[in-house]
Parts: sequence; structure tokens; C-alpha cells
Amino acid sequence: MNPYGSVDGHRTLGNPGVGQAPPTITHSFQPLQPVGSPTRLPDVVQPPMPPTPSFRPPQPQVVQQGPPVGLYPGTQGPQPSYPSPVSGPPFPGYGQNAPQAMAPQQYPPQQQPLYGSYPTDAPVQASTINPMQPQQPRQGYWGDVNQLSQGMAGMSVNQGFNAGWGVAPIDLLQNRHIIPPNPVIEPPKITLQNEYWSSVNCESDIFRCTMTKIPETSGLLQKCRLPLGILIHPFKDLPRLPVVQCNTIVRCRACRTYINPFVHFIDKRRWKCNLCFRSNDVPDEFLFDPKSSTYGDPGRRPELQSATIEFIAPSEYMLRPPQPAAYVFLLDVSWNAVQSGYLKIVCDTLLAHLPDRLPGDSRTLVSFIAFNSALHFFALSPECSRPKLMTVKDVDDVFLPTPDTLLVNLAEIGSCVEDLLTQLPMMFNEPDAGNALGAALQAAHKLLGPIGGRVTVFQTQLPDVGPGALKSREDPNQRAGKDVHNLNPATDFYKKLALDCSAQQICVDLWLLSGQYADLATLSGISKFSGGCIHYIPGFHVTRFPLSGEKLEAELGRYLSRKIGFEAVMRVRCTRGLAVHTFHGNFFVRSTDLLSLPNVNPDAGFGMQVVIEEALTGVQNACFQAAVLYTSSKGERRIRVHTLCLPVSGSLPQLLHSVDQEAVVGLLAKMAVDRTVTASLTDAREAFVNMVVDMLSAFRAAEGGGGMGLTSAPNARLIPVYVLALMKSVAFRVGTSTKLDDRVFSMCQMKASFTSLPLADLILMVYPCLYPVHNMSDEDAIVESDGEIIPQPPRLPLTYERIDSGGVYLMDSGDKLTFYVCRAINPAWILAVFNVHHFSHIQDGAIDLPELDTRESKRVRSFLGHLQAQKFMPATLVVMREDSKDRMDFVHRLVEDKSDCGSSYYEFLQMLKGLVK
Amino acid sequence: MVFSLPAFSYMIALIVDAFLIFFAIFHIIAFDELKTDYKNPIDQCNSLNPLVLPEYLMHMAFNLLLLISGEWVTVLINAPLIAYHVLRYKNRPMMSSPGLYDPTSIMNADTLSKCQREGWIKLGFYVFSFFFYLYG
Repeated sequence: MNPYGSVDGHRTLGNPGVGQAPPTITHSFQPLQPVGSPTRLPDVVQPPMPPTPSFRPPQPQVVQQGPPVGLYPGTQGPQPSYPSPVSGPPFPGYGQNAPQAMAPQQYPPQQQPLYGSYPTDAPVQASTINPMQPQQPRQGYWGDVNQLSQGMAGMSVNQGFNAGWGVAPIDLLQNRHIIPPNPVIEPPKITLQNEYWSSVNCESDIFRCTMTKIPETSGLLQKCRLPLGILIHPFKDLPRLPVVQCNTIVRCRACRTYINPFVHFIDKRRWKCNLCFRSNDVPDEFLFDPKSSTYGDPGRRPELQSATIEFIAPSEYMLRPPQPAAYVFLLDVSWNAVQSGYLKIVCDTLLAHLPDRLPGDSRTLVSFIAFNSALHFFALSPECSRPKLMTVKDVDDVFLPTPDTLLVNLAEIGSCVEDLLTQLPMMFNEPDAGNALGAALQAAHKLLGPIGGRVTVFQTQLPDVGPGALKSREDPNQRAGKDVHNLNPATDFYKKLALDCSAQQICVDLWLLSGQYADLATLSGISKFSGGCIHYIPGFHVTRFPLSGEKLEAELGRYLSRKIGFEAVMRVRCTRGLAVHTFHGNFFVRSTDLLSLPNVNPDAGFGMQVVIEEALTGVQNACFQAAVLYTSSKGERRIRVHTLCLPVSGSLPQLLHSVDQEAVVGLLAKMAVDRTVTASLTDAREAFVNMVVDMLSAFRAAEGGGGMGLTSAPNARLIPVYVLALMKSVAFRVGTSTKLDDRVFSMCQMKASFTSLPLADLILMVYPCLYPVHNMSDEDAIVESDGEIIPQPPRLPLTYERIDSGGVYLMDSGDKLTFYVCRAINPAWILAVFNVHHFSHIQDGAIDLPELDTRESKRVRSFLGHLQAQKFMPATLVVMREDSKDRMDFVHRLVEDKSDCGSSYYEFLQMLKGLVK
Repeated sequence: MVFSLPAFSYMIALIVDAFLIFFAIFHIIAFDELKTDYKNPIDQCNSLNPLVLPEYLMHMAFNLLLLISGEWVTVLINAPLIAYHVLRYKNRPMMSSPGLYDPTSIMNADTLSKCQREGWIKLGFYVFSFFFYLYG
């Protein structure tokens, strides 16, 4: 029985370009010598010339400043001396990016495999100088040109060519340990025809496309069998962000695109929009350079020097005066909640953050509402020193007892809030099991309605009283079943309320700290459609699971102090011909390209599937621009604009080599969540397999179908292992007992990763990093400026094969660091790190390591610190002994092994090989 | 011709069909407005949803009448549409009010184009059946 289900139906995750494509595709391979080149200069014997980035034509129409553009041969490095201006015969595959792409039919069809043939002909080619050819940009065909030239140096021309250029197809069956030892997998570089553009392009952790080259037609995209989409992290905390304040923000008059570094200047007074190609006037103000305070060249403007920029918006970008920061905290005080002891942690963390570390200004408003089967409001006012408790028992028809003293200015009430927060944990002791979440949300909606702001809900159980009451739908016996039900909401109460909130700029963030089933599938609607985030700590109990308390404190600390943008909208524009098809994330889609985000936080990530509606023929670059208009916590209206520019390509092999594997996996996960919810889990799992099979088949077809193995583009080599890991992840696994809430939460995370660096963390969640920490040495260690040495152990593939019975391993799965100690570990090591003499004395489930003054302990702790420093949301550490009862949690993460939720990586590859045609 | 039950049911079918044509046109216009950003999806769904059930019920009502009067061929022509309506309503998203369209998922390009295509096909079918009832 095929564990992935039948593939006969051949379902895929819906390649967005289906059914719109002209079936013909243009293989615009360049022959190695131009056909009928009219004249040929006498051959000059020269070594093959690597296409260095400095070799480019002048671009007279682009007025650019900054890094030198258009360097000529001889100005950089050892270059063969060329007559200037130089023109050479085209390199393979450059033509698509030529300003006026020569008609592909001009060339005969490709005779030989592209990658094999180049070196032998190269000397001829490089020495053939054809003055009749127009000067063309030579684009780094194989990605990183610097790497290429290094690769070429000292290499025999015919040998190792492919390897040096990083284009050799990889046989997956031969390379089983595919995970590189370096934990950071560099995203592929985007190479534009203009080096300056490549250098200013949007950073890959803000804006990323699943392909670093955009296919010219949708037929070509279909041939690639890759999902086309963008992943964006628009509000990421940035160390350096240019902020511009000006009277008029320069935008295209037709499509309202913000001016960006990738526009063409026709002359000093006019620019051509790179999205709709309309020519616009440059206003006088734009000629002013704020740095040097002089008028003149527009190329010095920060708008043209950075693909990520923030504008301080003038008044026409406001529908109403900017709102103050407003925060409402809804606290579950039902008996279950009081028992779990979360209130103390939340109140203490709030106390530590409230006066200064909560983003806001002197206008900041706060309110607290507690709820069990009734609502408890706290009237806060500067006059009375003690907070007044008002209880509303009627939850079916919610009203606010004293509207003006509930939402109060934080600066004016002073110590009153502190009193409240110190008393709150002890205030509710009666055993009241009810939970009227729906009513509490309605009250918060009423309270914030006129202003907008953020509602933070702490919920510990299924709401069972008043509006929005739910019933348990989970059948524990079905947890390991093949098909999973009840992934859809049970009622649309929360969704409708979320839409009302969204219309009034209220965002609801849900913290679910539950021991039992709380129907996250339904409750998550409140955050999903109001732009909020969802945090879920299963089995929360302060005394029984100290780890959960630790986790709450760490996450809440980050949550309260991180930046926040109020009343936000995000618009995504793309070059004419491209269109956004589906959005993934937490928001409400208000129109075809506009997302309504009542709040935007730095940890929110979004995904968008893109379709090619019209062929991009004659277009060199495709651009995406995302603009977030928001009100900062200081009451300033701002616009953050990110622009990503990608080359357009008409060649199938080029496109197949331009995959960004991590982005593909990120987008696939989001598409699969949609598929699971609308169709079924079985469908989604089938679609995963089909996608990989299609991709590998497309690659094999494009490469000429040779060989017995399972070949993949080097850039896509990790996709199979990631997809296998995805199918074994909590969201998509079958066969193992999985709680419904855990599954739904995992899906929510994939759909809209709330954690920082959405993509990187999503990948970590799916395929954790495993490091051996028992034999760390100072080799390859990073030495910090303060002299601290951080060892860098190599990353291991996730298989039990690599777990040594005498080792200690650290598994970094994004939000959790698991410290796995094997039984046969050297006692000296235990003593040095844990300060105990025997394996059995190590405390299982401990949440930190003792600070010891030994070399081993220092190394382990500095490495842990190093991992933690890279995360925005601190991860929780847990020590796990080999004989621990939670051991299966660790074993399940070893996704390359065969387990009850799926086959091993090798079996998976064998199965793929059977399916690839 | 005597004023018989079949003649009467065709008359009713003709009148109701005229209404259905208007519904289909409204449906097409509404989705076109959504696509060109003129309307907010929440408002649009609020105006579309109350019309879904009446349309389905009207269509079923005159078919029932035709069935009673023994017009098998006409009923058979309409049967696929009735089946489609029942299926469509059974698989609607979780909603507390009657209707089909959910403002949160309607902006998905697939859903949008599917609804638009549905509108055009229905319009064609209703226009065809209008003339069919007129001369049938």
C-alpha cells in the first residue's frame, strides 16, 4: 500500500496558471555561435572569459548613483583586453534579458545539452568578436557570478565544469545525506542585468519569490511545474531603514506604484514606471538631495537607493486623525484558568512591561476585562485609588457598565493599574467553570469600536456560555485516523465578529493556554480575519509543566514589547501581466490586491500565489511592490514600501535552476493547508507527492531524460526531504495520534507564521537543525568581539543513524531547543555540564543548564546563547534523557527515518523514482 | 387551445424564468464589481446572499409544477441544474445566515472566476429555457 495514497487522480496543489496558457513555449537557447554572424574578426587566442559582472554595457537611460554601474573591461581584475566598446557574441541564455530580445526562432533548436557543451566551445566563443552584434548585458547565467569566476580559476576547462558552476544536476539517490553541514542555507542570489540593481534588491528575508527568475509565459510556468509565489515579511524589525519625509510622495499616476530603484529615467524630468510602464513627471522636490541639501540629480534620492523604504505620510493618507495606541486585555478567570496559574505570570509580565516597554505615547489607552460565566469590568480612574470591579451577569446582551472609565489613559491613572495587576491573580477564587468568551469579545469590540486597537485574549478552555458557545467535537479515538475531520469552524460567530472588528480597526490576538480540546479551528477565526496572531501552549500548567510557564513568559515578553502598527493596509502590486491569485496569512482581503490589517506586527508573514495573466514578452524584469500603510504607536502615519525585482526568463532549464527551494516549501505548506481545509488531508498529502514528482519529471524532461537516477536541480535538491518532513509534521501527518488542536495550530503557523523570520522558522519547524554537542571543539568557532568563543558544530541529517549512543544532541526546532542526552554518555562530560555523577541523576525535563566553570559547560552555553540570539521569540530549552517518557517527541522529529507516520527518506526517493516519468 | 394545466405551468415558468434571468444578470454584475474593486466584499456578500435561496426555490417551484402537469422532458432538462443547486447549497461554507458567499474566501481568484463562470452559464441556460417555454 502506497503510504501517500493513490496518485492516479493526479491532483496538484493548483498551479495557478492552469488553463490560461498558450501551449507553445519558446526555448530561446542561444546557440554557442550566432547563426550567420555576418563578419568575424580574426580569432584572437585568449583564455575563456568568465562572464564577470563588470562586463556590461552602458545604460544611458538610467541615471544612477551609488556603486559604479557600467564598468568597462579592464577596470576590474585581470580581464582580457578588448576593444572598447566591446561587443561579444552572446553567451548562452543571455538573450531573454536583452532589451529587445531577438526572436527566439532566429536560432536553431538546441542541439546538445546546454550545460555539457559550453567549455569546449568557449575559447572560440570568447575570441569571436562580432562588431555587428549590439552590445548586450551579459547576465550571470548561473547565479552568483563571483562564485563562478572563482570556480573557473585554476580549473581545467573540461573537467568539473558543471560542478564549478553549480549547475550539475544532483542524483538524489546517490546523495542521500543531502542536508548541508552549515545550518544556514543561503537563498539563491537574484542576478539582474544591472549590478547596481542586484545590489539594492530587497533583502531575501523580507521579500522572497519561489523562483529567482520569472517565466515569460504561463505555459512555460506550467512546464516548470513549480508554484510561483512570493513570501513577504513586511513589518520585520530592521536594523537600518531609510525614512523619508516629504510633501509629495512620488508615485506612478496610473497604477500608484511608489518610485523605487528599478524605474527607468527617460530623462531628468520623466521616469517610466516599472510596473505599468507609464511615463511620469518628476516633481521638483524630488531633485533635492536631503543629504547634501542640493538640487540636481534624482539618483541620489534615498527612494532610488534602497528597495526598502519608509515614508512619513502626509495628511492625504489619513481617513481620520491617527489613532492612539489602545490595548484591551481579556483574561479568562474561569476555574480551569485559575487552577492553571497563568494569571500570575501574565500579570507579572504585564507589570514589568506596562509603563514604558509597551509601545505607545502619552495617549496610550488600556483596559482589562476578566471573564468566566460572567464579565468582570474594572473601572480605573485617577481619582479613586483602587480599581472598582463591576460584574455583568447578562452575557447574552452585552453592555458596558461605565464606558468612560473602562478604557483609560495609561499615563493618567498611574499606580491604579499596578494595584489591579497585583490583586488580579488572587481576586477570582470561586469555582465557576463557565467561560463566556463570545460575550467578552463583544464587549471588547464595543469598547474599542470608536478607536480601534488591539485585543489580547487569554483563553484556557472551550467557551461554553453565552454567544459563541461551542461543544467539544474531538473524538480521541480518531486521533490517529487516516482522515481528519472538524478542521473547519463549527460556527461563523467568531469569523463574523472578526470581520466587524476588522472594519473598526480592531485586531484580536489569541493566546490559547489549554489543557484539553478548545476547538482552535473555530476560535482561530477571530484572529485569522482580524490580522491577529495565535499563540498556543498545549497542556499549560504552571506547576505541572514548568516549561509551559517559561514559554508563556518568554513569548509574552516579546509580544508586549515588539513594535506594532495600527489601522494598517497592505497593497501588493506587480508588473503588468502578473497578478496575485491567492493570499495566505492572517488578514481580510478587501479587494483584489488590498489586505486589511487592523494591526501589523513584526512577526507576521504573508504568502501570495502569483499567476501570469499575460505573457511577459519583451519585458526584462518583473517587479513586486508591497506597501504597508500604518499608524505607528507614536501616532504617526507611515508607509513602508518593499520592492523586489526579478529577471524574466524564457528558457526552461534556466527557470528550473532558479528555484528557491525554501520559498517553494514555504508556499507549498500554505497551499496544502488550504487544500486540507477545503478538500481533505488525504488530498493535500497526495498533492505534495504529485508536486515533487511533477517537478522532478519536468527537470528530467528538460535535461534530456538521461541517466538512471533521480536527478534534481542543485537548487531544488532539498525539496524532497522537506516535503517528506512536511508530510510527517504535526499538521499533515497521519497514523500517529495527533490532537486536533495541535494540528490546527500547526496549520495556522504554516499559513501565517507568527514567529520572526517566517520562512526560516517555518523550515526549522518542519526540518529542525540537529547538532552534536558532546564533542564540540574550537575549530571553525566564531570569536565574538568580547572574546567569547562560540563553537559551530556541524548540522546533522535527521536520522537515528547519526545518533551515537554516547552522544548529546541539540535539536533546534524553532520555538524549542531539545537537549537530548544518550545513555552511554561519558560521565566526565555529565559532570562537566550537569554537575551530576551519573546519567540517571540528570533531571529529565529540566529547563536550563547549570552555569559551571568548565570548558564543556561554557561551550554548550555559549552555543545555546548563540542560537537564542538569532531568534526574536526566545526558544524554550528542555533537557531530555534517552529513557524519558517524551522520547518519542524527539524520535518523531528524525524525519529521515521510517516511523509510524511515514516511510524513510530513501524509501520516499525510491517511490518518487518509480513515479517520475 | 384549452386552458390546461400544462399551459398554465408553462406560463408560470415563463414569468419566473424572466425573474431568474434578472437574478443571473445581477449576479454577474456583482462579481464584476468585486473583480474591479468597486465594492467591498462584505457588502457585496450581504446583498448577494439573501437572493440565493429565493432563486433556488423559485426554480424548484415551477419545476414541481411542470412535474405535476406531466412535462417530463422539460423537467429532465432542468434536473441537472436542480441537482447542482442542491449540491452547491449542501457544500456551502459554515454560515449562520442563509446564502452561499463568504466574504473572507470570495476574493480568492479561483472562487471569483468560478462564480463568474457560473453566472454566465446560468444566464445562458435561463435565456435558452425562456424561449423553450415560450414556444414549447
